[in-house]
Amino acid sequence: MRFGRYVLIATASALFALGSAHAQEEVVRIGTEGAYPPFNNLTSDGKLEGFDIDIAQALCDEMKVRCEFVAQEWDGIIPALQAGKFDAIIASMSITPERLEQVDFSNKYYNTPPGLAVPKDSDINGVGKEDLAGKTIGAQASTTHFNYSTVTYTDSTVKPYPTAQEYQLDLANGRLDAANDDIIALTQWLDSPDGACCRLAGTITPVDEIHGPGAGIAIRKGETALRDRFNAAIQAIRENGKYKEINDKYFSFDVYGD
Amino acid sequence: MQSVWTLLSWGPEGWLDEIAYGVFITVSLALATLPLGLLIGFLIAVAKQSQERSLKLAADIYTTIFRGLPELLTLFLVFYGAQIGIQQVVRFFNPTASVEVNSFVSGMIALGVVFSSYASEVFLSAFRAIPRGQYEGGYAIGLSKFQTMRLVVLPQLVRIALPGLANLWLILLKDTSLVSAIGLTDILRQAGVAARVTKQAFLFFGFATLIYLALAILSSIGIGLIERHVGKQEVQR
Amino acid sequence: MSAVDHPAATEALRPPPPPRGWPRERVIGYILVFLWALAFVGLVAYLVSAWKPDMFWRYAPGYLSGVWVTIKLVAISVMIGALLSVPIAYGRMSRNPIIATFAYAYVYFFRGTPLLAQAFLVYYGFGSFRPQLDAIGLWSFFRDAFNCALFAFSLNTAAYQAEILRGAIQSVPKGQWEGAESLGIPRLLTLRKIIFPQALIVALRPYGNELILMVKGSAIVAIITVYDLMGVTRLTYSRTFDFQAYLWAAIIYLLIVETLRHAVDWVEERITRHLRR
Repeated sequence: MRFGRYVLIATASALFALGSAHAQEEVVRIGTEGAYPPFNNLTSDGKLEGFDIDIAQALCDEMKVRCEFVAQEWDGIIPALQAGKFDAIIASMSITPERLEQVDFSNKYYNTPPGLAVPKDSDINGVGKEDLAGKTIGAQASTTHFNYSTVTYTDSTVKPYPTAQEYQLDLANGRLDAANDDIIALTQWLDSPDGACCRLAGTITPVDEIHGPGAGIAIRKGETALRDRFNAAIQAIRENGKYKEINDKYFSFDVYGD
Repeated sequence: MQSVWTLLSWGPEGWLDEIAYGVFITVSLALATLPLGLLIGFLIAVAKQSQERSLKLAADIYTTIFRGLPELLTLFLVFYGAQIGIQQVVRFFNPTASVEVNSFVSGMIALGVVFSSYASEVFLSAFRAIPRGQYEGGYAIGLSKFQTMRLVVLPQLVRIALPGLANLWLILLKDTSLVSAIGLTDILRQAGVAARVTKQAFLFFGFATLIYLALAILSSIGIGLIERHVGKQEVQR
Repeated sequence: MSAVDHPAATEALRPPPPPRGWPRERVIGYILVFLWALAFVGLVAYLVSAWKPDMFWRYAPGYLSGVWVTIKLVAISVMIGALLSVPIAYGRMSRNPIIATFAYAYVYFFRGTPLLAQAFLVYYGFGSFRPQLDAIGLWSFFRDAFNCALFAFSLNTAAYQAEILRGAIQSVPKGQWEGAESLGIPRLLTLRKIIFPQALIVALRPYGNELILMVKGSAIVAIITVYDLMGVTRLTYSRTFDFQAYLWAAIIYLLIVETLRHAVDWVEERITRHLRR
């Protein structure tokens, strides 16, 4: 068992402190981004909130472990998992073939399609390659949406942003002609006062090789015991109504998909 | 829209408390890096002026690499690379172990090696400014090599190297801003979070810039005091 | 220690003969050099073992364009900075207290704050003034991330270059000015023909260092969506999660910086030939 292992921060002393010291309570450290409302978001007093966080909490309760959340830049979230900064990523991460080469995933815990947002006065009315020819598209770096954009919109410029909020700034001020992201993340923003600048140009049909079957929980390769426990917990909260309760808190429809 | 003063106030409504925490992180990172950088820098300088060729070579490779790499890249190399490297070494002995190099320590190491490679140049030129006779005088009155260094050379060295080191301290203070890219909640990162949540980018980045400026001014005043203090000692002698 | 009390040896101090055997310094030195060698061998072995031809052909063109963007950014901003630095340096040396204070504040601001913060301020900060910038026709310039970086870098390096210029000009002895004046040479001509050539020798090395610092500093533009060498590297890493993306970037940056450093050495060698005896 690796949970509850006492982890020393200092590099040098860590080498000598590897003897496992089991804590009383099993702790699972969950990595998340904290800049992706309504899924995971940092409030101005530094607390994490959102659908991912509530789901993670429910899963941990189900697994009878204590969750500890670690906020981590999206760009480095997979290396940080591999490096052992936390034990699982619950951050709306899509299960993709590329990522599966690096980490293992639980089953999906939700699945929503991607979409495209444009400024209100934009002449873009579709989401096809020709609709966006010559335009500048923004997406969060290292996401399926960014990959989809670079692969699909080859006649456009695609710009990487560290978080969703930066492309929102640039879409509002007109540096971007369009932004590609999850439809829920986009609608949440467009419905808020900040999103008044922009509208939805359409929904993108997900491509399996790029978008995968949905968002899953990422864990280090080979840690199948943990993966199975997460899968069982997802199954359990789906069945006991906890999932629906959290779902209804945030959304008016079922985000689990079919 | 909230007023500027609400946004910059203390408490849950405003962002001043978050930014203050960022200042704390920035300053503690710089202060934690300083002794590390000074120590390594001094050792590198000693190695560089050694007569032993291999020691000189090792030191030269060190400074060539860390003065040649962009600080941001050094930071990424330490943050991701050292992590993976150490992990693999540890796994070799204990397959289930995990070691964490947190972003503060990564930042400290990365900034420390960069600082030390520049500091070694400052120390080296200070060494060269001290006449050989000082060493020989030390040996002549029966001091050991170490004692000569500590009692005769070092006090003079500090005085000569101080302006150069002060300059490096100001650079270090600015370079700490790079750790925001690896997720450490320093001034710039906190300002960035505030900017994207409130959409008041100019306000918060401007504010952050002014804090750095204030830190620079404070440092200049502090350095001035130290220099005067050290200068006085010289007069007394 | 070395025995240099021989009267004949005071003229040219000879370094003592290197000690023979295995003194402590040598042991440490050999160990360190061995560790470096080990690191290099390890690096090469890793890069060879991780070598994937299809990956190389997929990402190498990106790296090339990244290098080009880095070079373009640094070259243009250093040139604009050089132009801007002249009035600022003049202001710093001015006897008019208002001009001098203003120039000092400019230099202090840009040297006292991180380049990254300046870049954010220009990119995201100016972004929130789109209507105003649009009204004066500047938005089309600030819309582009590269231009924002160029703007911030030019102002930043101008501050550093102004100090280099001022230091170099002030390093030329006052007597040079007085001598020229007594010969009736106009001030501007004195500056151009007498002061400047001497100042250039002093300024060359700091200018070279500034150029190198700019190359290194330019890596931060990756954070404001510019695909420079660092930006391409991050992109590659986020696609492949392969650490060699960063190692190749490190090698390329080192090559650029070392080339520049040797070029500066070479130029210095050339222009100081007349000073050597």
